[in-house]
Amino acid sequence: MTKRLLTAALLLSVSVIPAFAAKTSLVVGMPIEPPGLDPTVAAPVAIREVTLANLYEGLVRIDRTGKVQPLLAKSWEVSPDGLTYTFRLQEGVKFHDGTTFDSADVKFAFDRARDPKSTNAQKQIFAPIESIETPDPQTVVIKLKNPSGNFLTYLGWGDAVIVAPETAATNASNPVGTGPFKFKTWTRGDRVELTKNPDYWQKDKVKLENVTFRFISDAQAQVAALRAGDVDAFPNLGAPELFAEFQKDNRFKAVAGNTEGETVAGMNNTKKPFDDVRVRRALMHAIDRKTLIEGAYSGFGTPIGSFFSPNHPAYVDMTGAVPYDPAKAKALLKEAGYGDGLSITIKAPQMAYASRSAELIAAMLSEVGVELKIIPTEFPAKWIEEVFKNKDYDVTIVSHTEPLDIDIFARDNYYFNYKNDKFKQLIADAAKTTDEKARFAKYAEAQKILAEDVPALFLFQLPKLGVWNAKLQGLWENSPIPVNDVTEVSWTE
Amino acid sequence: MTKRSRIPLNSALVVGGILTALLIVTALVSLVWTPEVPTRVRVVMRLKGPGEVGLLGTDHFGRDVASLLMVGAWNSLAIAWPAVLLGAAIGTAIGCAAAAWKGIADEIAMRVSDVVFAFPAVLSAIMIGALVGSGPLAAILAIAVFNVPVFARVTRGVALQVWTLDYIAAARAIGKHPLRITWEDVMPNIAGALIVQVTIQLALAILTEAGLSYLGLGVRPPNPSWGRMLSDAQTYLSQAPHLAIAPGIAIALSVLGLNLLGDGLRDALDPTLKGRGATA
Repeated sequence: MTKRLLTAALLLSVSVIPAFAAKTSLVVGMPIEPPGLDPTVAAPVAIREVTLANLYEGLVRIDRTGKVQPLLAKSWEVSPDGLTYTFRLQEGVKFHDGTTFDSADVKFAFDRARDPKSTNAQKQIFAPIESIETPDPQTVVIKLKNPSGNFLTYLGWGDAVIVAPETAATNASNPVGTGPFKFKTWTRGDRVELTKNPDYWQKDKVKLENVTFRFISDAQAQVAALRAGDVDAFPNLGAPELFAEFQKDNRFKAVAGNTEGETVAGMNNTKKPFDDVRVRRALMHAIDRKTLIEGAYSGFGTPIGSFFSPNHPAYVDMTGAVPYDPAKAKALLKEAGYGDGLSITIKAPQMAYASRSAELIAAMLSEVGVELKIIPTEFPAKWIEEVFKNKDYDVTIVSHTEPLDIDIFARDNYYFNYKNDKFKQLIADAAKTTDEKARFAKYAEAQKILAEDVPALFLFQLPKLGVWNAKLQGLWENSPIPVNDVTEVSWTE
Repeated sequence: MTKRSRIPLNSALVVGGILTALLIVTALVSLVWTPEVPTRVRVVMRLKGPGEVGLLGTDHFGRDVASLLMVGAWNSLAIAWPAVLLGAAIGTAIGCAAAAWKGIADEIAMRVSDVVFAFPAVLSAIMIGALVGSGPLAAILAIAVFNVPVFARVTRGVALQVWTLDYIAAARAIGKHPLRITWEDVMPNIAGALIVQVTIQLALAILTEAGLSYLGLGVRPPNPSWGRMLSDAQTYLSQAPHLAIAPGIAIALSVLGLNLLGDGLRDALDPTLKGRGATA
């Protein structure tokens, strides 16, 4: 009898405990592990998805709707000529190591990023900077060589977060920022653990005590981890065909949002036969985007005809520029001297959208007499080394998730090896144009050039298929910028 | 009384033989005919069940599962055969040498075998893949490597027995070179055991190839492979279970067939080996 009572008491206490306090830990699943934890020295999106907004903060932040909001800079003024930005900084902000954040840190971080030796992945952010002055600890004055229409937006990216001179060198393995969470441990191949920053300057906003990022590349394992409760949220589920099951399950919230990720099959534009625009257009004509989206991503995703996000107000639908037309593809190939067939390779990363798209593209190209051999290439490490750095490839496929990144086609030495002076000039002009309407017109023109010139096969906008525990609130439904901002995430009970 | 056939039939031999013949015939037929072009993508017809489109339905790209299975059978054998033969050739040579010269050579050969044997095929495939790049060649090499010690041990075991026989002693007495003794007198006596072992290792090789392809280390897409069909199928398990069941059954039947054939052959060829277990 006493035993039974004891058991009952025990059961009661167990069931009662969770009601007293809401859960304060969160486990976020990600398909790819970041190679390091410093977003200012390398390109992989996974770095930003762990660190941006959680560990590091910039002068401004991009909110969940894509708008620029104050962060470490509480306010700013821009001179009428668009050349001088004066930022007033937040007071009482400390880095995780206890040192105080002030204007000198901003100058240090930006000077480090724009240094010729810096490996910052988005140096164009800092290119227009003429000088950085720090009249007092709470004020930063940045003078530009020329107006930069996107300057403020760029400052919200992971590449422009503020790091401290004392710790910058070791941030990749032991990150120190000003964010709501501090770095705890990184078990390579498995997880990164963060813990609440007790000295955070807006700590009232933060509800969570512990945040863990777990890296699970296999889609089936992602689903199993969600079902078992090992992972509370998967902001980007790897397998769209499994998403539908979560939509029916009321224990979970399944949200199909959008991203800034243009999925493109980039070509090596200086290499034969891709140096011939007829070949590039022929390959584009051979691809049926709608079928591709259906087969590779269960119909989630928007077809794109150029390199611009459909979420952006300056977007122009260019899918009709080089439409699906296998007969035309064959004719163009023949004209270019490949009437008897062409054999090329594609380096395809392991992500489901990429490897499946590669298989479908191979099937579509075989219809027009092009043999596309698939070389599975592990992402990010091997892909960065072989494709991104050494440009040792014919065709590859990857989603570019930075917002407003059409300028990658204007960059020298970017992996597409694309050189078009007219386009380059247009992008440079657009960046300098502060009048929004005029700038958007230039972007429209730029989209058109790319659509016609096909430096990459423009496929589809990657959707964001997020699945999380229905009791969680505050997670982002869309990805206007690659980030998993958990600052304001909390449990409802 | 009925006339005795040269190889006495047993049920394992018959069932194993039929299943294996089926596998080989399917693989060979796939070279000249499949119901559909196996790589043909028909997205509008994706995830159709068996009978709806084609005999075994379609996969997530609308490809015909039956055709994929047929070509998969060929790809599976095309990796398993050369791998086992390569492993058998090297392993048998090592085993024969160890039995012929014994002593230090024997000791070294067997201890090296132990070391190689300690690595699972998948692990050595990953290592070899890192060296030569993943793909069919890496798969063949990896499976061959793990077959070498198996054949070295089996060969050494049976060859040592043969070396104790009187006529070998006689051959040695007249000064016949060990290499000639091995080739002319030992080999014919151990051939049966080796054939049995090849059959059983083929089964293991098919299984390993499927495992490697499942992990993306074997046959490259879009070339069909049973292992990759399984790995592609797993996220569709609730929507289209036939995608996993079909290659699963194909692998199971092939492995079962070859194992039965091996057992049957062992019993039929050499009754003295019965029950000893030839898998080293």
